[in-house]
Amino acid sequence: MSLKYYFVISAFLLSAISPLHASEKDGEQLYSMHCSACHGANGHGGVGVPLALPDFQYGVTNDYLEKTIRLGRPGRIMPAFSNLKDDEVKAIIKHIRTWAPGKPFKYSNKKIKGNLKNGATLFARKCAACHGANGQGGEGTGVTFSRPRNLPVIAPALNNPGFLASAPDMMIKTVLMNGREGTPMLSFLKQGLSEKDIDDIVAYVRSFENQKPVNEEPAEEMPPLISFESPNSLEETIENIKKAVEGKNFRIIRQQYLNEGLVEAGKENKKQVIIYFCNFNFLYRALAIDPRVGLFLPCRVTAIEENGKVTVTTTNPKYMSKIFNNKNLDHLCEEMHGVYEGIVEESTF
Amino acid sequence: MKNNLVTKFLLSVCLLLVMASSHADNLMMVRTTQSFPEAMSFLQETIRKVGYTVSRVQRIDIGLTSSGFATDKYRVVFFSTAKDIEMVSKKYPHLIPYIPWKISIFAEEQDTLLVTANPMSFANEKFPEANKYLSRMKKDTEKILDIMRKSGD
Repeated sequence: MSLKYYFVISAFLLSAISPLHASEKDGEQLYSMHCSACHGANGHGGVGVPLALPDFQYGVTNDYLEKTIRLGRPGRIMPAFSNLKDDEVKAIIKHIRTWAPGKPFKYSNKKIKGNLKNGATLFARKCAACHGANGQGGEGTGVTFSRPRNLPVIAPALNNPGFLASAPDMMIKTVLMNGREGTPMLSFLKQGLSEKDIDDIVAYVRSFENQKPVNEEPAEEMPPLISFESPNSLEETIENIKKAVEGKNFRIIRQQYLNEGLVEAGKENKKQVIIYFCNFNFLYRALAIDPRVGLFLPCRVTAIEENGKVTVTTTNPKYMSKIFNNKNLDHLCEEMHGVYEGIVEESTF
Repeated sequence: MKNNLVTKFLLSVCLLLVMASSHADNLMMVRTTQSFPEAMSFLQETIRKVGYTVSRVQRIDIGLTSSGFATDKYRVVFFSTAKDIEMVSKKYPHLIPYIPWKISIFAEEQDTLLVTANPMSFANEKFPEANKYLSRMKKDTEKILDIMRKSGD
């Protein structure tokens, strides 16, 4: 018997026992597992856009949805679901379409030609206020931390490679012509623009594909932690941490042992200490951009004494930021990285 | 010869299982239709049922409100076990800043959202031996979140 034969048998056995067998999953379940946290149980939106919005349902094709699920929106929260099987993606789309009030538009793949100079002028005048000067989109997400609920969507990033790969020119043109009811996006025809002007804007938006993203820096190797050895005793180091924290305008909210709450009171390891601190103004700014930043909370420095050696360690916010897929958080993570680095350096000086 | 074939067979099954279970999500997030107070209480109960201890709950919303900021209900629930903390401290000190593990829980209108980092996001190629622990934490966190997701049905 050949090795190939065993691979075939094992593949068969796996497909038989796998709980992820696509045919056994229905779209509703898959939607609940992968989408509902952001888009809402019934597609009414939240962190993500309201998929059930009738104008959205009319205005996007299944191909657009499929590409969006597959590619995500790099740097704009929506992750790429490359791990889903084709029939699972189709099942999710089928479920999303149960909210559709009618059949969606069909678009040709015709490329729209236009005057880029006029498109750029009109974009700056009509689109940039919401979509950003470079089409980078609005800031924040859809939950109440960032904005009132009467605005169901944050203006999408039109320069996002995920969006540009998913949306055909005709789809962008249709949205510009008709607007999107239930969102701040208005019909440009009703605002007095001609179809020719709209074509120019579409051509300009498409030209984002050729632009180098603004502020795009080469990816650098990011250490996961900021860690320094202290020349002082644990007690002195803890006092130095507190002074450094307060010096950065943060408030100490708690000091505790690493295993506190997990062992009997009094039996904690006194050589492992956590200092928690916060700046509520900074925190509010961060939550307004992305309510998921609770993963950073509260700010924390850990001091450990092991074999007479004291080490002060924190997580690296710049490293942590990569898990959020939210480019708008980057500058805050950069700021927080400076704060953490300063505290660790000052407390181990 | 027979043993060799059995080994090959088992290896191929393992390989396929690993491929089938590979997951790229760095962030784990679920929604429950339970209200915030119900979800908060059920989360703590679920953490205990899955075998962990809730070491502390940080009331982020209280801090924000007392500083004059309007906010929805927002808490961070810390959990682990004494055994894990001791083991991680000794064997995988690079993971100390991440423990106890935490789940952020916040209200969104009538629903409640829960979010946490995939523990495997903190895997470090310099410490491959920690992956077994991180993988277990990932599995257990998924279990907790899955129970929460289904709790409002």
